[in-house]
Amino acid sequence: MNPVALRRLRGLLRKEFLQIWRDPSALAIAFLLPAVLLLIFGYGVSLDARNVPLALVTQRPGALAASFTAAFSHSPYFRPRPFLTIQEAERAMRAHEVQGIVWLPSDFARRAQAGGDAPIGVIVNGVDANDARIVEGYVQQVWATWLTARARRRGEAAPTPLSVQPRVRFNPAVSSRDYLVPGLIAVIMTLTGALLTALVIAREWERGTMEALMVTRVTMREILLAKLIPYFLLGMGGMAASVAIAVLLFGVPLAGSWWVLAGASALFMLAALGMGLLISGFARSQFVAGQIALIVTFLPAFLLSGFVFDIGSMPRAVQWITHVVAARYFVAILQSVFLAGNVWPVILPNALALAVIAAIFLGLARTVFRRRLD
Amino acid sequence: MWRQVLALVIKELLAVLRDPKSRMVLIGPPLIQLVVFGYAATFDLNHVPMAVYNQDSSQASRELVAHFAGSPTFRVVAMLRSGRHIDTLIDSRQAQLVLVIDRRFTRDLLTRRPAPVQAIVDGRNSNTALLIEGYANTILTDFALRWGRAHGGPAPPAVLDTRALYNPTLSSRWFIVPGIVALLTQVVTLLVVGLSVARERETGTFDQLLVTPMRPVDILLGKGLPGLLIGVLEASAIIAAAVWWFDVPLRGGLLALYFGLLLFVIAVTGIGLMISSLVSTQQQALLGAFLFMVPSVILSGFATPIANMPAWVQDLTLVNPMRYFLVIVRAVFLEGAGVAALVSQEWPMAAIGAVSLVAATWLFRRRAI
Repeated sequence: MNPVALRRLRGLLRKEFLQIWRDPSALAIAFLLPAVLLLIFGYGVSLDARNVPLALVTQRPGALAASFTAAFSHSPYFRPRPFLTIQEAERAMRAHEVQGIVWLPSDFARRAQAGGDAPIGVIVNGVDANDARIVEGYVQQVWATWLTARARRRGEAAPTPLSVQPRVRFNPAVSSRDYLVPGLIAVIMTLTGALLTALVIAREWERGTMEALMVTRVTMREILLAKLIPYFLLGMGGMAASVAIAVLLFGVPLAGSWWVLAGASALFMLAALGMGLLISGFARSQFVAGQIALIVTFLPAFLLSGFVFDIGSMPRAVQWITHVVAARYFVAILQSVFLAGNVWPVILPNALALAVIAAIFLGLARTVFRRRLD
Repeated sequence: MWRQVLALVIKELLAVLRDPKSRMVLIGPPLIQLVVFGYAATFDLNHVPMAVYNQDSSQASRELVAHFAGSPTFRVVAMLRSGRHIDTLIDSRQAQLVLVIDRRFTRDLLTRRPAPVQAIVDGRNSNTALLIEGYANTILTDFALRWGRAHGGPAPPAVLDTRALYNPTLSSRWFIVPGIVALLTQVVTLLVVGLSVARERETGTFDQLLVTPMRPVDILLGKGLPGLLIGVLEASAIIAAAVWWFDVPLRGGLLALYFGLLLFVIAVTGIGLMISSLVSTQQQALLGAFLFMVPSVILSGFATPIANMPAWVQDLTLVNPMRYFLVIVRAVFLEGAGVAALVSQEWPMAAIGAVSLVAATWLFRRRAI
């Protein structure tokens, strides 16, 4: 770049920074939005079911039934409520007072003594399928523990002759916050990055100042660079604040190194800003730009990034779509860097994908802007 | 007065619908989202890649591995010959579950000692980890019971007979798709209403509107009704798609559904008008809409249960209209609930709607003078 162009770029940058400084809404998008969102999400999003209200129906109390129901009151997962008839329990379930019913019918003790295999009815409210499945898993755990403990007490061989030793790598406490918070950073920064550039440039189109810029001698590349550099810095500032909140406030362990995190974030920020630039190249008004930014960034980042919903379980066609969602690669990197460490087989391909996406978005934005000039 | 309001409603609708881009924004993306998210947002697991390290090559252990390979949940991607690569496989996400069968497996089974099996799960996604553990446990218990019975072991005194009410196959699509009705209705209504006043303020036509003989309440009505109308229409399209495209059963009546929907859209319109009357530019309006919308989706029970949140966050969700409508829409769809059974969800939305509309009128009048 020759010295004249450099001076022009400096001038443009100065104008951009002044604008950011005078209208605090860009600063709000960069810092306030991520901080507020991360706090709300971090406290609000949890998939750890604890104290699930559960109806325990014992139609004929006895020693065996009592030993089984006692196992539930010792579990941290359940808050049992005793019922005498199944009808009452079903009424409580319809009123959403209990999530599930464990039902010991009146012939429970007789059949258990006679030959075993006495059925215990387990009825869960299946509306929230994920929750229902987790509750089913917990009930099964309680049952298996009860069987083993009972057999040991009576000096018998265990009726389920396996001893399963589960080991959860990276997140031994299976705390959903430790995995959700890194993913949330990706979701939030997608929104922030795209909104920053999309809205700011749409505003210039609306006010007609973009045309004013274009009749000067600055080139398209200089205009785009002058937009990119300040918002990149702002976005990275917001990113740093989010990571600080994750580590210091939520206590998410950062197993990997800072520079890997910073490098991946920079690539991702370029992709997100590029997406915003591209949106602002199409949209003529802030209304449309904001709508598009919300629809093509936040919701896909939330649903198609693998942050909550497992990508491998989606239909093939949807899996293909997830490949153009930049957040997908960033979520993979963040979850590994935070919980597992610098796992290069995960980081390198995903970082490469981010770089490709950033290049494509920025290149497309430049083409679109140039075409709009003519 | 009503003629004036009607004229304003028509003008508002024209302003939103005349511009082809904003028309497209209202119709195209929500439908695309519905289809994509209806398929993508699933907690169900299938084809989870797993690896097996079987140190005991016997009939029994091979049978156990066959149970896993035959299940639709798992897909065996590697049979390991040594334990060295277990961690690498999990770290690089090639396998989400590694099953390690101990050398003493068959011997312990035959001597009726608990036979050791290790299940190593990738915990980076804790929800998936829990579900994988659950599925693996079911297969292992099933195998153990069957093996014990075939080899003359004691029958367990009791077995679980599990069934899920309202959603027998536990398909998470039945949970998510009705939720999308609430999600998209809120997005569209809030954006239409929230930006309508700001747009006029920016172009300066708002002052012209104020000098007409219309009262602030009339202007507010004229601004609110189009959002209401568009929101209800959009919701109807999504409900139709949920029933006919995604085959989610609609067990309750339309009366209960639309009564809830109307209360919900009124509440969202009230909030949108509040945002509208507080801001002076569209950018601020969008920021306000985002700052309300995103937390309201997250703290609504759309994807993660409210019961899992800390108590103070649960209290916070009480002012979120989406929380109540989600319960209604799911209860009507899956549980077949009627209007009367949902009163506990209906009155808070009515209250939120009344308060926000009154507040919006007050804010509006204050700024108009």
